[in-house]
Amino acid sequence: MNSGSLNGPWDIVIVGGGNAALCAAITAAEAGARALILESAPKPYRGGNSRHTRNFRCMHQGPLSVLTDSYGEDEYFDDLMLVTKGKTDEPLARLAIRSSEDCLPWMEAHGVRFQPSLSGTLSLSRTNAFFLGGGKALVNAYYNTAEDLGVTVAYDAEVTHMHLEGDQFTHLEARIVRIEARAAVLASGGFQSNLEWLTRAWGPAAANFLIRGTPYNRGVVLRDMLDQGCESVGDPTQCHAVAIDGRAPKFDGGIVTRLDCVPFSIVVNRDAERFYDEGEDVWPKRYAIWGRLVAGQPGQVGYAIIDAKSIDLFMPSVFPPNRADTIEELGAQMGLDGARLAATVAGFNAACRPGSFHPTELDGLSTDGLAPAKSNWARPLDTPPYYGYQLRPGVTFTYLGLKVSDRAQVHTARGPVRNLWAAGEIMAGSILGQGYLAGFGMTIGTVFGRIAGREAAAHVN
Amino acid sequence: MSTDLIAEARRQTEICNACRYCEGFCSVFPALTRNKVFADGDITHLANLCHNCRGCYYSCQYTEPHEFALNFPAALAEVRQESWERHAWPRPLARLFHESGVAIAAVLVAGLAFLFGMLQTLRPESGAGFYAYLAHGALVTLFLPAFLLPLASVAISLRSYWREIGGGRLGWRDIRGAAASAARLKNLDGGQGQGCNFERADRYSDRRRWFHQAVMYGFLLCFAATSAGTVLHYVVAMPAPYGPFSLPKLLGVPGGILLTVGCAGLAWLKTKADPALGAARVWGGEMAFVALLGATGATGLALYAATGTAAVPALLAIHLGCVLAFFLLLPFTKMIHGFYRFATLVVEEQKRRA
Ligand SMILES: Cc1cc2nc3c(=O)[nH]c(=O)nc-3n(C[C@H](O)[C@H](O)[C@H](O)COP(=O)(O)OP(=O)(O)OC[C@H]3O[C@@H](n4cnc5c(N)ncnc54)[C@H](O)[C@@H]3O)c2cc1C
Ligand code: SF4
Ligand code: SF4
Repeated sequence: MNSGSLNGPWDIVIVGGGNAALCAAITAAEAGARALILESAPKPYRGGNSRHTRNFRCMHQGPLSVLTDSYGEDEYFDDLMLVTKGKTDEPLARLAIRSSEDCLPWMEAHGVRFQPSLSGTLSLSRTNAFFLGGGKALVNAYYNTAEDLGVTVAYDAEVTHMHLEGDQFTHLEARIVRIEARAAVLASGGFQSNLEWLTRAWGPAAANFLIRGTPYNRGVVLRDMLDQGCESVGDPTQCHAVAIDGRAPKFDGGIVTRLDCVPFSIVVNRDAERFYDEGEDVWPKRYAIWGRLVAGQPGQVGYAIIDAKSIDLFMPSVFPPNRADTIEELGAQMGLDGARLAATVAGFNAACRPGSFHPTELDGLSTDGLAPAKSNWARPLDTPPYYGYQLRPGVTFTYLGLKVSDRAQVHTARGPVRNLWAAGEIMAGSILGQGYLAGFGMTIGTVFGRIAGREAAAHVN
Repeated sequence: MSTDLIAEARRQTEICNACRYCEGFCSVFPALTRNKVFADGDITHLANLCHNCRGCYYSCQYTEPHEFALNFPAALAEVRQESWERHAWPRPLARLFHESGVAIAAVLVAGLAFLFGMLQTLRPESGAGFYAYLAHGALVTLFLPAFLLPLASVAISLRSYWREIGGGRLGWRDIRGAAASAARLKNLDGGQGQGCNFERADRYSDRRRWFHQAVMYGFLLCFAATSAGTVLHYVVAMPAPYGPFSLPKLLGVPGGILLTVGCAGLAWLKTKADPALGAARVWGGEMAFVALLGATGATGLALYAATGTAAVPALLAIHLGCVLAFFLLLPFTKMIHGFYRFATLVVEEQKRRA
């Protein structure tokens, strides 16, 4: 961070450099505010988790840009309620949903390009608009737009403290630099990259979690705000976690480490025992529970085993699977007790029944008399070569966050902080307390980023 | 075949295949999603489908310092470059001229010297226009082999390349499809007409497409002008010089202008683009080639403008020297990309239908 160039006066300082931060900065700058973005990451890693995303979920009354057909407010809301099991703030959720339709043209006007649903994701072509080039392209477009609007950006600029006096934000500290501004927007994401915090919530198991996104979302500002009595929502142990390839890097592995093979496999733990119904439902509805399931197993590790019949039924992973001609050998390769794995597979195979297999729909091809059952796609593993993938919990984001109003304003127990707003992951808990709907994270960031930018600009103007 | 380059490109291809975020940029990504495992020929094919727009670099979340170290444009450029040199015949010449701008300049100088020499020694007794300085017969004796031998070399290369990437029997439909996308330089539009990320880093720009379009059509027009001249000469028995409204001039003048402007533009863009996102070792050779091609256009125009003045003999030697160097080096310079690209587009049409 080059502190010389950061001399204000600033109207609005924005903490974070992902989607929510950029939407707020652009909106504020367009309203005439002098805005400063403080991004804790160095420039090549700017953009937080947003740079790993691929789409956002968008309501629309009729075909809109790359989106087909229509996707109305009620259907969107119902989809959300289904995954959150009702743990949803209805007014805020509906606000996000309703505003999403307006976001798409706004995004296009600010440089984002969309592309038709990626191959292998046709099921989302009606509900989710995909970014051409993915989230990093979106982030680049927004940085360019912000720069053209005169927004100043500082990288390597981790904010360590937001100073409040009464119901007023006065200045912030970015390590040793003190920056004053008339208003601030917090858009610094969740705390999932803070392993200490995760360990406090999860116990020692957290040491084996992999973090799918940026290492820079350490919750420093969130902690600081909570310590100063800002109201929080959400449960610290709630996080979105999926089962990813166990060989993924500790941070930032992103989309390529995901594994979609579970429905066509049996998944065993370190003791070569199955522990959950792999075929409970179609994968898009189940992938988000497998992170927790694997987290609950000894050593936080699982092993998905498939045979040659299924190897082409899912998107390739970035790491090649283990491969062997017998189950024993495969088990040994993966560090499992080969004989026990063979016994588990034999038991599973014996419980499979004849029937027709349909990889893309619930086919009812279930095991008979096996616990736990596999309710669909249960075909015996009998065709070598056999393949195995190691699974680990991969944390996408955490839910604990700041409570905000429908104007994205941050609150303490005494009431709203007059010149402080929050947007994106840091306040997403205000909307959903558990579960996740693909593409909703970017919707929340865009909608509330724009609201925060607008409100902050109105305050300083 | 350089197994290292192929292996590195394969490593990156597999990462892209698990990601696919860049699917909308170009035809490389839809092509790679057809496979799960990539034979060497598949990688060479993908590499020759890529035109180094760099969209997939600037939008990649895995570029360095990330440990996946994606630089897909460079990985493919290295494989592509190596494939041109490997299939070239004779092979050692290819590596020399692709890499070395100095070597290209040397051939040019030799060509110029040779032509000045010819002007001195072979000056005909009579003749009109250029033929007052260089007899038509001498020109043909020199340029016919200088044109045909390189083409024969190209044919040999393409045959072996075609086999490597698994091309099937040539069909009309595939040629038509390939021609349609080549004519519009469709793949240079970034997928949506926004262009490349070439000279403006992570901002899109259409300049490269326009300049390249100028070069391509300029070149084709110049080529057509020469062909028209040949036809006029041999079929209609109407030898040069031609007036301003003759077919050779109507084609040649706009062609020369497009070629000159396009080459100047491409060279300018190249100075602004990051060399690390291409095959860096051939930067000099590419630059020299663009200069040579541009000079061919510019000297042709100058020669025409100088008609009737004392500058004609010198300009004629310079222009013909450029043309000579260009043709002789055709199989061993960036010019070869046009042939490979077209062959690859045809094979891609075949593979898409298969
Ligand atoms: C692999 C992956 C794929 C995903 N795919 C999708 C998808 O397709 N669609 C979707 O909707 N959602 C997706 N998500 C979720 C999505 O990434 C988030 O919901 C969204 O990016 C949140 O945006 P944000 O701006 O709030 O946070 P982020 O984009 O994470 O930005 C937070 C920013 O704050 C900075 N920061 C943190 N602490 C500080 C500090 N103290 N000082 C200064 N700066 C700080 C960070 O460096 C970062 O720039 C995905 C997540 C992951 C990990
Ligand atoms: S270049 Fe990067 S973002 Fe694009 S498809 Fe490949 S891995 Fe994904
Ligand atoms: S550089 Fe451009 S053409 Fe080449 S693979 Fe990447 S996006 Fe496609």
